[in-house]
Parts: sequence; C-alpha cells; structure tokens
Amino acid sequence: MKQWPALLTGLIFGMGLALSGMTDTAKVQGFLDITGAWVPDLMFVMGGALIVTLGATPLVLSRAKPLFADMFSLPASKAIDGRLIGGGVLFGIGWGLWGYCPGPAIAALAYGYESTLIFCVAMIAGMWIAGVLGLVKSRVDG
Amino acid sequence: MEAYIFPVAGGLMIGLASIGLLAALGRIAGISGIAWGVISGPDRDWRLLFIIGLVAGGALAHTLTGRPIPDAPDAPLWLAVVSGLLVGIGTRTGSGCTSGHGVCGIGRLSLRSVAATCTFMAAGVVAVFIVRHIIGGGA
Repeated sequence: MKQWPALLTGLIFGMGLALSGMTDTAKVQGFLDITGAWVPDLMFVMGGALIVTLGATPLVLSRAKPLFADMFSLPASKAIDGRLIGGGVLFGIGWGLWGYCPGPAIAALAYGYESTLIFCVAMIAGMWIAGVLGLVKSRVDG
Repeated sequence: MEAYIFPVAGGLMIGLASIGLLAALGRIAGISGIAWGVISGPDRDWRLLFIIGLVAGGALAHTLTGRPIPDAPDAPLWLAVVSGLLVGIGTRTGSGCTSGHGVCGIGRLSLRSVAATCTFMAAGVVAVFIVRHIIGGGA
C-alpha cells in the first residue's frame, strides 16, 4: 500500500486546524461559552469541513475501492449506547476544561509549549487507561 | 464576515484532507483513533505519517501565511493533565472525537456520530459554563 497520501492529508489537515484558529484554546473555549462572550469561529470551521465531507463522501464511497488500498475501512458499529454517550461526556468535559480536542492538541505540538506536550501525553495515557478499565468494546477506527 | 474567512478556509482544508484520506487509503480521518493506532498498531506506518504531517502542518501554516502563533493556554499544568486524561479516556471509550465523529461521521450521515457530536458539544458547554461562570465568577 502506498503510504504517502497519509503524510499529505495530515499536512493539509494540520494546516487547516492552525489557519482556522482551532489551535487557539481561547477560541475553542469561547465557542463553548454560549452564555458568555461567544466566539462563533468553530461553527464556521465545522461548516466548512462538513460542506466538503457531506458533499464528497457519497461520491468517494460509490467507488469500488480506494485509490491506493484494497478496501474502505469504515467503523462497523451503529449502536448508540452507554459507551458512546459516556465517552462523549468525558471527552466533552476535558475538551471544555482545556480547549483542545485531539487534532488541534497534536497540531499545536508544533508551537513547542510545555503544557501542550503534557496534555498530549496525558491524552495517550487516558486512551491506555480506557483499555485497562475495559471501557473499550472492540477496536474501532475513528 | 471577513473575520471568518480563515475559519471557513481552514474548515474546507480539514474537509478536503478527510476526503483525501478516504479516497486514497480508505481510512477515516479520526485523529484520536489514528493517534492511538500509532501506539497500539496495527498499520502503524500510515498513521505515523499522518501525525507527522499534522504537526508539520501546524508549523507550516504560520510560516506560509505569517499568521501569529496562538498564546500558550493560560491555565495550570495540572489542568492539562486532568483534561488530557479525560479526552483520552472519553475518545477511546466513545470511539472518536471532533474529527472522526464530527467531520467524517456526520459527513457520511452516521446517526451514531451525530449523537456523539451532540453529546461532547453539550458536555463541553456545561464544563465551560461551570468553570467560567460558576467557579470563575464570569471571568
């Protein structure tokens, strides 16, 4: 399998996060602060991204297979269960408390701030802990 | 509206990158899953390349455009630990984050991803409300 598209798409994704302002924790927390001085930027970022994915995903998935791989690897689960909701609650709290979700946190490692590195290490540790605690049903890409 | 050119442009790039990864390698651009996959395997190679690209993109965006780098978060380091742990536990338990559920999952009309996205957005709103307006006194 050719791997270089992963590097290229990662690069574009990281540039998009940085240009959009999502690597600024104040803007992310400002978006979530709906009763305070609301910062709508994240809504425009999500909107821009969703215009592309909503429009193009059906076209891509209508093909027999990806350009450089044998098949599409899509999440199989459709269950809206306690794991999905409980995980979403824990993630959302952490996201609000600090202002980073995983993508911006990793892209912001480029800035060299100590706190971002600490956040990312704790995040990976948390992923490991979830497995140890038996919170993960099965391996799902996402 | 001029203030939102960069958020929209950045969002379009995020969507383009997600579609590009799906079209080229057939993979979902869910950053939490990709990051954990670098640690746990299998298929580490493409995931590691994507993460390297992500960090390089974070640097390159500011170099190319001259846009200022955001200030470091103004919060104690223990909060980075607590928040990071919650994000890690939550995203792995809930099988995804803002990118995997919010951008890619909703993009392919997954109800599961719509439910997840509504949940973590709501939890984030509540967390910020408590920190800024109850504990922080409206700061």
